[in-house]
Amino acid sequence: MKHDEHKPPNSRSISRRSFIKGAGALAAASGLVRTPGADAGAATSSGAQEGIVERLGPDAQTIELKINGEVRRVTVEPRETLLRALRDHLNLTGTKLVCDRGACGACTVHLDGKPVTSCMILAIDARGHEITTIEKIRIKGDKTGLFGAFVEHDGAQCGFCTPGMVMSLAAALASNPKANLEDVKRAVAGNICRCGTYPHVFAAALSVARDTRGGGAGES
Amino acid sequence: MSRRVTLNLGFEGHLQPVTVVIPDDEPTPWQWGERFEIVGKPTPRVDGALKATGAARYTYDISLPGMLYGAILRSPYPHARIKSVDLSRARRLSGVRAAIRMDDTVARFAGQEVAAVAAIDYETALDALRLIKVEYEELPFVVDLDMAMMPGAVSVFENGSNVQRPTVNEHGDIKRGLAAAAAVHEAVYATPVQTHVSLEVHGSVAEWDGDELTVWSSSQGIFTVRDDLAVYFSLPHNKVRVITEYLGGGFGSKFGAKPETVIAARLAREARAPVKVMLTREGEHLATGNRPDSLQKVRLGADRGGKLTAIELVQHGSGGIGAGSGSAGPFLSLYHSPNLRTEETNVFMNTGPSSPMRAPGWPQGCFALELAMDELARKLSLDRLEFRRLNNSNPVRALEFDIGAKLFGWKEKSAAPKSSGPFKRGIGVASAAWHALGVSGPQAQVIAYRDGRVQVVIGTQDIGTGTRTILAMVAAEELGVELARIECQIGDTGYPFSVPSGGSMTTPSTTPAVRQACAHLKEKLLRLAAPVLGAEPSDLEARGGTIRVRFDPSRKMSFEDVCRRIPGDSLSAEGERVPNYEGYRKDQAGCQFAEVEVDTELGIVRVLKVVAVHDAGQIIDPLTARSQVNGGVLMGVGYALFETRRMDPQLGIMVNPTMDDYKLVGPLDVPEIDVRFVEVANGFNNTGVMGFGEPAHVATAAAIGCAVYDAIGVPVRSLPMTPDRVLAAMETKA
Repeated sequence: MKHDEHKPPNSRSISRRSFIKGAGALAAASGLVRTPGADAGAATSSGAQEGIVERLGPDAQTIELKINGEVRRVTVEPRETLLRALRDHLNLTGTKLVCDRGACGACTVHLDGKPVTSCMILAIDARGHEITTIEKIRIKGDKTGLFGAFVEHDGAQCGFCTPGMVMSLAAALASNPKANLEDVKRAVAGNICRCGTYPHVFAAALSVARDTRGGGAGES
Repeated sequence: MSRRVTLNLGFEGHLQPVTVVIPDDEPTPWQWGERFEIVGKPTPRVDGALKATGAARYTYDISLPGMLYGAILRSPYPHARIKSVDLSRARRLSGVRAAIRMDDTVARFAGQEVAAVAAIDYETALDALRLIKVEYEELPFVVDLDMAMMPGAVSVFENGSNVQRPTVNEHGDIKRGLAAAAAVHEAVYATPVQTHVSLEVHGSVAEWDGDELTVWSSSQGIFTVRDDLAVYFSLPHNKVRVITEYLGGGFGSKFGAKPETVIAARLAREARAPVKVMLTREGEHLATGNRPDSLQKVRLGADRGGKLTAIELVQHGSGGIGAGSGSAGPFLSLYHSPNLRTEETNVFMNTGPSSPMRAPGWPQGCFALELAMDELARKLSLDRLEFRRLNNSNPVRALEFDIGAKLFGWKEKSAAPKSSGPFKRGIGVASAAWHALGVSGPQAQVIAYRDGRVQVVIGTQDIGTGTRTILAMVAAEELGVELARIECQIGDTGYPFSVPSGGSMTTPSTTPAVRQACAHLKEKLLRLAAPVLGAEPSDLEARGGTIRVRFDPSRKMSFEDVCRRIPGDSLSAEGERVPNYEGYRKDQAGCQFAEVEVDTELGIVRVLKVVAVHDAGQIIDPLTARSQVNGGVLMGVGYALFETRRMDPQLGIMVNPTMDDYKLVGPLDVPEIDVRFVEVANGFNNTGVMGFGEPAHVATAAAIGCAVYDAIGVPVRSLPMTPDRVLAAMETKA
């Protein structure tokens, strides 16, 4: 094994454990540790013009959201998430609510083409962005072949995580059509499936990527 | 009225003719080596596209005109007297349409339902919860298994000990068995509370029309929900209808009408409007069930040759305020011993009630027994697989050991020298068993229409195993038509009765009913075709999309042509699941092999490979079958390494009721999984199907535990094997 060559057996010098502990403290102290999703937060804080603080709420108000290429008017309270707006107000129920705190990926939509968890974004912060939900991909037809691959490889059991998986993979394959197994795993790393369907999800994604590669080399 | 048929029962190389008695109207059971057109071929699930595109409609997705949103107030205290509940301010909030309190006067766990509201939207319902004033009198509590068992512990229920009466199973003489042993091993093993974490939380949408109640429920047992609601509201069964079109997981937690379903119906009645109540993720963790924890004191003895002389288990476990924590199953059935004693004791504590979870009791028992087997094998200097072969109780498992060992490379991996670096590899093997033969009760209706469509109607539900697909495949096979012709209607108590989706019983219980109904429908179709083909109905067969003369297949009619001759609009037939025949073996075997890599500096365990070999009867769809076993294995990886409900002993609350702090297996934790089925002709029903959703989960954590022991040379006797425990175990070695 490769790892073994770096270090003599029974070494009492610095182990990776003590190194990582030390490095972690250092990173935290120097502000290197960033909150996950900080970028997404910055990208969504639109609506307000520079220098002017926009005051919203607490009552519901009507806003415009561009969803699947269509401008939709929706009346929401400022505290409502994009996910609630999609599901409860616009009846776009393909996007699923599971953990409600960005931990499972079931509510993944695309914001300006990037996958984000819609339970972690306020509806008002999604103004001015292109929002894409699973419904768009459904209506536009299966250009990627991803839906067909999910069906063929049995990429769904109960199916509740599946739309989120598809959205994560659609974005990943769009930016990297020749994804390999590691790329695919990374793409869905934030998508949790309690039924344990992952191996078939990987197979589905790889079959699409392999088609793109022109029947190329073979992860299984 | 019955008849005798002779079936070849057993498994490859061990088949024997057995005569069984079956009812007259039962189709001749499918035989070993039967040649199928559809059954047994990997088939994508018929509703796969609906699921992949988000178009499948789950309870969570139901929206009715005028529907209100409900929310539940839960006790923040693990044990408290509820002295008063004031709903008046909540009721006065604009947008609130109903508010109720629960009947209980004592909360016995943090998370117990206290009150609920319904409002025009979810946010308003949350606001209303904050306006409910509850006066609690806090009571002493206990949330730890050890402490709950102590003499003088706080009583969870008034005037009662927390420690319930034990269940004892015994044969032979355990003392004599231990005395006769050349080596004895004794240790205590512990397993954590695991929660189900179905991705779709529990919940229901309830709507009243006069005294008729319709409920869409995220349920794995629509008829049990119906029965519970009928009792609660004193309604006849025909006034309650329960619908579960699609279900986002259950794993045993979704039988019956749980509090949130009753709450939805009560709120809807008060508000005179439909109400949707879906739990929060926190509520889901706290109140909808869990796999009980366990402390298992195990004693094993074996003679010099490696034959077990004694198996003893003294187990305690807590289902919180619920029961059913026993773990003796594997001790009673995996290995032979002339002397055996198990004692299981449930202990109450102030935590949420347990509910069945994927093979209740078995993963915890299997972990304790199998790791103890490895520890004893080491004392006897025996190969661990050989030790299991010597004591194995099931001939099918003997074959499975051979298949698995070869696939896994047991011999080669056993012989490989251990790395001298910080990453240590190890291997383990564990046995599984189950008893999923199915039950009688389900009924099915099959309807052929003049336009050639066929509908299968049965009140079962799909928990995610592919029920629609499997039933459609069986119907298509029996009627000799293509799969696309069949449409399955399930998930409605308006349909013929079926059993809950649990106990790995759905497929063996429902497919025989559907097949019988199709056989009856086929008889009617053959009678329609007979005069046209100038033959007796008994000389006809349905195959390849035609009705044809058996000895002269060129004389045929297409299935559609036959359907066009249906008088009126449709032709219908019923079928039922008859009681199990006298079959081959009532226990199902299985075994799993695992390879792990342990980072001995950081204590991190990675599972590299799992080989899962399981008994199956007739496999209907190998594709969805493999999905199920993958799922059982991966849930076992989580149970072995990550999952645990953590309680704060000072506050009595769960500290990780989320999906970021309660860790499930994610995509990056997935090992290579190799699934193999050994087909067993079991002869209990007309399709020969056995279920395997649960056995696939029994042995995984145990095999991983054994592999970790092999890797680091010391056993980690508590699950989950988190880095701190792995490092602590290694300290004891040093």
